[in-house]
Amino acid sequence: MGSADAATVRGVTSDVTTASTAAGLDALPPSAAVWCSGLHKRYGRRTAVDDVSFSVARGEVLGLLGPNGAGKTSVIKMLLGLVRPDAGEVLLLGRRSTDPRSRAAVGYLPELFRYQPWLTPTEVLDLHVKLAKVDVPAVERRECLALVGLTERSGDRVGGFSKGMQQRLGLAVALVARPELVVLDEPTSALDPIGRVDVRDLVLALKSRGVAVLLNSHLIGEVERVCDRVVILDQGRVAASGTLAELLGQREVRLRLDGVDGQAEDRLRAAGSTTRSGDWFTVQLTADDDGVTVPDLVRDLVGRGVRVHAVEPVRISLEERLLGILRHDEPEASLR
Amino acid sequence: MTALTIAGLTLREAFRRRVVWALLVLTVALLALSGWGFSRLIGLDTELGTMTSGEARLVASVLLNLIMFGFSLIAAIGTAFLAGPTVAGEVESGQALAILARPVRRSAVLLGKWLGLVTFGGGYVVLAGLAQLLVVRVAVGYWPPSPAAGLALLAAQTVVLLTLALLLSSVISPMASGIVAVGLFGATWVAGVVGGIGGALGNDGVERVGTVSRIVLPTDGLWRGAMNAFQDPFALAQMGPGEGGFPFLSEGPLAPAYLIWAALWIAVIWGLTALSFQRRDI
Repeated sequence: MGSADAATVRGVTSDVTTASTAAGLDALPPSAAVWCSGLHKRYGRRTAVDDVSFSVARGEVLGLLGPNGAGKTSVIKMLLGLVRPDAGEVLLLGRRSTDPRSRAAVGYLPELFRYQPWLTPTEVLDLHVKLAKVDVPAVERRECLALVGLTERSGDRVGGFSKGMQQRLGLAVALVARPELVVLDEPTSALDPIGRVDVRDLVLALKSRGVAVLLNSHLIGEVERVCDRVVILDQGRVAASGTLAELLGQREVRLRLDGVDGQAEDRLRAAGSTTRSGDWFTVQLTADDDGVTVPDLVRDLVGRGVRVHAVEPVRISLEERLLGILRHDEPEASLR
Repeated sequence: MTALTIAGLTLREAFRRRVVWALLVLTVALLALSGWGFSRLIGLDTELGTMTSGEARLVASVLLNLIMFGFSLIAAIGTAFLAGPTVAGEVESGQALAILARPVRRSAVLLGKWLGLVTFGGGYVVLAGLAQLLVVRVAVGYWPPSPAAGLALLAAQTVVLLTLALLLSSVISPMASGIVAVGLFGATWVAGVVGGIGGALGNDGVERVGTVSRIVLPTDGLWRGAMNAFQDPFALAQMGPGEGGFPFLSEGPLAPAYLIWAALWIAVIWGLTALSFQRRDI
């Protein structure tokens, strides 16, 4: 456990011990928005989640990625106390998730979003404000509905809403009680392209206000645009995690060459693993590249009489990285 | 606080979903019909001659129990089918996800649901029953010996049944839980009648059927207590020997021990429901 985690745990104990010690602990950095360790969940004989650990810092946007059935929604439900983990621990905003108060400042949009069809959006928000035990003035609630574009339908019954509008209402519900952590499970699954952009702006606005966001989405582009860090789940396990810079750090360079002999090919391979397609050579650069590999390579190739027609940097997208990580596991999976 | 919010929500659902209005129409129709029927009792020509007002009161007392049974049946079916979907259905549809992710205890949410249903079911039985008593009073001048106790017992019977439906809905599907709860309610009533016949015939084995069923599910026991509170005390004496088998007259008031048992039964079933709901993956 790192020192930051140790601080988190100390922060937690302060909540359960006497108030007199609280003053002394004010100096500690605020505990993480989410901290989970060793989460396990089995449904019958199938293991849905297997030793998942990660954390979301305050004000950070974390993307949860992975194929269908990777255990993303199960992990989210375990964080929120909706599903009981078979093993593992969860702290939300510094409190154990077994304590309902840990969810006092948490907003949640479920993957399966459905709200009382006999209520109006205004009444749904009123209900959630009451349940969250937060004093939110009516003006602020109306602003929240306006934010998701439901002002004109605020007096209609939810039962008559389209899926997209119900999802917008779900976003308003997640945001209404002044959350410090917002958990969005597939927030754009029913939204049109404009709605998707709205959600993106919304997440960025939350981030700028210091609200932590846990975003589970199939839309990798969406995640790439707004997330600081990404956790990739596959078959219930963390397949990879890190900042976007860490995950996408691997770069490639494409060269169009002519007159390449064996020696030149050896030189290419020395720079990084190389693939060839006609005149085009793609060299994968190592993560610790200090910026001189490419100029040195070009100089040496020219020195060996190779004619260099083009040198193009290639940036790996998160999608390619994700597919690379997931496919890498496939042969192993098929052996089982 | 959470419990009261959820109780209010449950009651609002009953009003918004027009359950209340449907019941109101049904009840007014039943009251009007019974009022008309009771008013025809006096001066009725039978094979034995014209019925006196005293005889009419006796018949009214028996008929009152019959109609009250109708109300308790409406309340039983209504609450059982309302109680089933209220928890299990919300979990299935996903409505429970957003609510339970709030800083609330599941037991508080369950208590709120239960309080809402108790208010609705109990309130209906008491109001409809009181209206029926007034109709009978106006029509034939009969007023039961202890109306408040009778209505309270009728409400308690509804509470027993909806608590059971709530437990069943956490184990089986919402629709099935309503059917099973109403089925058990009917079976216990029949077992009570069978037990009564057994008692009248002096057969201990058959009589025990009623006693055991009344312990396992207290609806029939409470119903018999309610009937006893509504009926004319002279009715039993006038009916003569063998009256114990008659399903719409009760031989004696409820023992305090039985009332304690019914309260304990409700508490245990509620506790089991809370335990099962607490452990459930949503």
